[in-house]
Amino acid sequence: MNKIKNLADLKKLQSEVQSKIKLRENGNHPESVVQIKVSMATCGIASGAKEIMTYMIDELDHQGIDSVVTQTGCMGYCYAEPTIELTIPGQQPVVYGFVTKTKAHEIIEKHIKLNEMLDGIIPVTYLLIDN
Amino acid sequence: MKDLSMHILDIVQNSIRAKAKLIGIEITESPDENRLIVSITDDGTGMDSEQLKLATDPFYTSRTTRKVGLGLSLLKQNAEMTGGTFRIESESGKGTRVTAIFEFNHLDRPIIGDLVGTLLILICNSGKTDYVFKHQTAAGTFELDTRDIRQTIEDVPLNHPEVRQFLKEMLQENLEQIQISE
Repeated sequence: MNKIKNLADLKKLQSEVQSKIKLRENGNHPESVVQIKVSMATCGIASGAKEIMTYMIDELDHQGIDSVVTQTGCMGYCYAEPTIELTIPGQQPVVYGFVTKTKAHEIIEKHIKLNEMLDGIIPVTYLLIDN
Repeated sequence: MKDLSMHILDIVQNSIRAKAKLIGIEITESPDENRLIVSITDDGTGMDSEQLKLATDPFYTSRTTRKVGLGLSLLKQNAEMTGGTFRIESESGKGTRVTAIFEFNHLDRPIIGDLVGTLLILICNSGKTDYVFKHQTAAGTFELDTRDIRQTIEDVPLNHPEVRQFLKEMLQENLEQIQISE
């Protein structure tokens, strides 16, 4: 029977990780990397936000893309959940609605990697009114 | 909500919004007593008696982005639908405790679901919030305190991919050991 992992094993991993990585300072400078906020209120969770967040974290890690994926509250787009807010460094944030795993994959491949916007962006109309 | 892990993720968001520094999540499965208890406690801002009265009203929310607040009402409805009970206690400035009791063998009791996914999202995005998790079944007890994890990994971030993968495996292995229902 395999041994079950515990905190002593985590300590070993900590030493290995610390010795081989230069700590990325994403936490201190999130504006320098791709930021994704997944709306994680009742509406988002009930519509599958958890799966989308897990998928984004796993896929971005797998592809080695420097990014910070965090959870956020309801952005008021309950009708379009799951929603994510994507910020590419130096650009205005955009919000995608009705995000599925397929859509999330497309967002990574096209918007994050090639900087091509996709269908499904929720228009930020208040900017137009201000202008 | 499809399962209890989603309810837990949802209710914990309330604690996070209430600026809780320490959140307790406790699940107790007692098939012999035909009970499954989910309890979430926090040391956040809490609610006064007026807010507490309205907390499970689906048309009450403290948010301004929308006019409904369904999280607690859905959990209450789900618990009561199985012949169980729902209780919320809160004190302004001290914190809140939400307890939902389900009939374990009831046909409509939601499954526990992807608890590992829920815990991983909470732990790896915890910021300055700590979690104490306890899951008790007839097969044993699993306890996890993120303060111990932080102490162990020192300045390695909790959301580091290798730490995340380790925690995922640790949670899966430990929860499988005590699993008695889905």
